[in-house]
Amino acid sequence: MNCDDFVELVTEFLEGALPEEDERRFIEHLPECSGCESYLDQFRQTIATTGELTPDDISPEARQQLLTAFRDWQR
Amino acid sequence: MAGARELPPDQVLVQRLRDGDEETFALVLNAWSGSMLRLAMSFVSTKASAEEAVQDTWLAVIRGISDFEGRSTLKTWVYRILVNTAKARGTKESRTVPFASLLPEEEGPTVDASRFRAPGEEYAGHWAVGQEPRPWHIPEDHVLRGEVREVITEAIDELPPRLRTVITLRDVAGYGSEEVCSLLEISPGNQRVLLHRARALLRRKLEEYLSGTHHVAGGRGRA
Repeated sequence: MNCDDFVELVTEFLEGALPEEDERRFIEHLPECSGCESYLDQFRQTIATTGELTPDDISPEARQQLLTAFRDWQR
Repeated sequence: MAGARELPPDQVLVQRLRDGDEETFALVLNAWSGSMLRLAMSFVSTKASAEEAVQDTWLAVIRGISDFEGRSTLKTWVYRILVNTAKARGTKESRTVPFASLLPEEEGPTVDASRFRAPGEEYAGHWAVGQEPRPWHIPEDHVLRGEVREVITEAIDELPPRLRTVITLRDVAGYGSEEVCSLLEISPGNQRVLLHRARALLRRKLEEYLSGTHHVAGGRGRA
């Protein structure tokens, strides 16, 4: 497998969506190529860091209005 | 690992919301509003409009919770209302994001071709000299990690809307592939294409950032 093919298959590999034969070639490429090994690791780190994001939040005013709406609806 | 906000199981949540338990409502409001806002941004043009979509969604949840049938998880139900609300707003703002097929710019290589040896060269298609990715050391230092997250947040904001939508759902909000496909009415294959492109762009930004700070880290006496 070439490196320029490898880099396009990483998400499919991580999702377990590669056909068996492609998956075998993908895995066989790893020990032969430190660049692609790093690429795969960097992809994993990117995904992990993205998962740490604290999303933006709605404004305190909006939050307060919604809490009030919830209270009023229940009456 | 702060912020692992454990919510009670759905059945308990739904019952408490129906009973008018304000504390429970505040809990789900806090847990989900942020990622809902980010998701809404994919469909509308301004943050204000996205915030209104989130508010409208919660109002619909308040009114509709008694009719919730539990055929999906509560969170999926809420997010589906959000997607519909935000889409309707986006259509009015003429900013629709149809997912049925891929745009030309969403296909093709995700890594710059110049990083590989050109066709005809020896080892064509393999990393060119000096272009192969090097191992990363994402700093463990609290402040520096915050900077890394900042880089990713900015990179996500700069993504084309459809890429942003998919990566927000999958990697920020933590949805599985099936849920995202059903929320966005997109095929698993196309979803993966968009997700992969978004991740590749974020990886590239991190690579730029980390290679730029390496000598700074070295200057701080990394042995």
